[in-house]
Amino acid sequence: MEKSLNWREFIITRLIKASGYSAIIFVALIFVFLLREGLPTLGEVELKSLLSIRWYPIEDYFGILPLITGSLIVTLGAALIAVPFGIGTAVYISEIAPRWMREILKPLVELLGGLPSVVLGFLGILVLSPYIRILLDLPTGLTALTGSLLLGGIAVPTVVSVAEDALDAVPRAYREGAWALGATRWQTIWRVTLPAARSGVLTAVMLGVGRAIGETMTVMMVTGNAPVLALKLGSLFSPVRTMTATIAAEMGEVANGSTHYHVLFFIGMVLFLISLGVNIAASSVVFRAKKRAERILS
Amino acid sequence: MVDKIIIENLSLQYSDGTESLRGISLNVREKAVTVLFGPAGGGKSTLLRCLNRLNDLTEVRTSSGRILIDGENVLDPKVDVIALRRKVGMVFARPVVLPMSIRENLTYGLELAGEKRRAKLDEAVERSLKLAAIWDEVKDRLDDPAIALSGGQQQRICLARVLALQPEIILLDEPTSGLDPISTGKVEAALTELKKEYTIILVPHSVQQAARTADYAAFFLQGELIEYDEGKTLFTTPKDKRTEDYVTGRFG
Repeated sequence: MEKSLNWREFIITRLIKASGYSAIIFVALIFVFLLREGLPTLGEVELKSLLSIRWYPIEDYFGILPLITGSLIVTLGAALIAVPFGIGTAVYISEIAPRWMREILKPLVELLGGLPSVVLGFLGILVLSPYIRILLDLPTGLTALTGSLLLGGIAVPTVVSVAEDALDAVPRAYREGAWALGATRWQTIWRVTLPAARSGVLTAVMLGVGRAIGETMTVMMVTGNAPVLALKLGSLFSPVRTMTATIAAEMGEVANGSTHYHVLFFIGMVLFLISLGVNIAASSVVFRAKKRAERILS
Repeated sequence: MVDKIIIENLSLQYSDGTESLRGISLNVREKAVTVLFGPAGGGKSTLLRCLNRLNDLTEVRTSSGRILIDGENVLDPKVDVIALRRKVGMVFARPVVLPMSIRENLTYGLELAGEKRRAKLDEAVERSLKLAAIWDEVKDRLDDPAIALSGGQQQRICLARVLALQPEIILLDEPTSGLDPISTGKVEAALTELKKEYTIILVPHSVQQAARTADYAAFFLQGELIEYDEGKTLFTTPKDKRTEDYVTGRFG
């Protein structure tokens, strides 16, 4: 009896350990694969060509700058939409809405987060882009702005969900303390609740931005896919092409092992590094906040 | 002595049916310490929270009766709640310093009230920290985060923060429940000093503290006011059997 129990314990512990390690191993393998397929690019394409502004792989023009700027401008636009809206919604749900409203809104927002991005892209093509074309009098409605609006929509639920949790975790006593001092509801939110939930709200923003950078399907459908360098504000109203959309659109048709193939993986590496950067920034913010709290509590 | 607060037949029930007040009538004297004591769930905190309308933010099912402060019914929906809360300051059981520096914690309420003059703010900081008997401990580090202070210091910061607003009434809800005896002594000493200027209502965390600090004492049991008298009388010769049993430690 005693013995078999120990034995079971042993197996279960090992299984859990193995599944934990496998997650790390998978990520490492993916990274190794990316490096193996992407790094040959540096031998095949000159750095100068890689950093040029012309992406036309059929004639061996592999300038990835338009793709990077395309991704950045769409993501930046999305962040500008998702951050204020997301935090605003989170504040409304957690601080202002009556209880019945909160119970409707929270699941609704989370449901929105589960919406397949292809469905959003579909809505973008059929509804949003004609509207934008007419409203702004553009030659096409498939622009960076369209992508930003939709990506913003995709990132909002992430921001709301995480930020709301963070606000909810602020002790009620903080709010009561401020109210008792004669602070209005708004003053309490702005000066007490939000600063107290700062690290959680920052995490929410980072996760939302991360979600936007990595999003593929929607942007491929609505941004027009023109690899044009997007540096001016006006670029927001013209078609762009993101890194994710490029990989998704071209990977299926590329000759295995060709330069083009390697460059696509190289783009994947760049994307990976950007996401990694965002994630590290997010966790370092949280980590710093935690360390600070620990220092204070000790 | 003047009656600062007159509570008339106050009843209240929370929407989940818990802790309620039943027909409380009580006159609180000006410039004295009035102690509300009794076992947990008796309605003491609820009563305190009615006085500065902090209960507005909780879900209350029904309430009736009147609370007159200086003759004005503060339960009237037309009352300016913000002004009321400046006049009726409150200190909570767990010290809640706001996530700011010590100085900002003290000036926050004043800034909300529209005071911007640096000299006025500095003067208020020093005056209220001295009143709360913590000036000497923090005067050299006013710009440090308040959360880095010890629990006892934080509680006195909270008291000072309330004092900075120059209220007329101070409500204290078990202000020393988490403090060591030395800090508790300091807070109690501060209260003795403060009652010369302010009307103080204290929910103590023990009968002993009630007896030590009370000028007037009200014994609450399950939402009812059982007995209300001068502290000296109530703790030595209680009229109600239940008060006597509680004060002498037979239950609770």
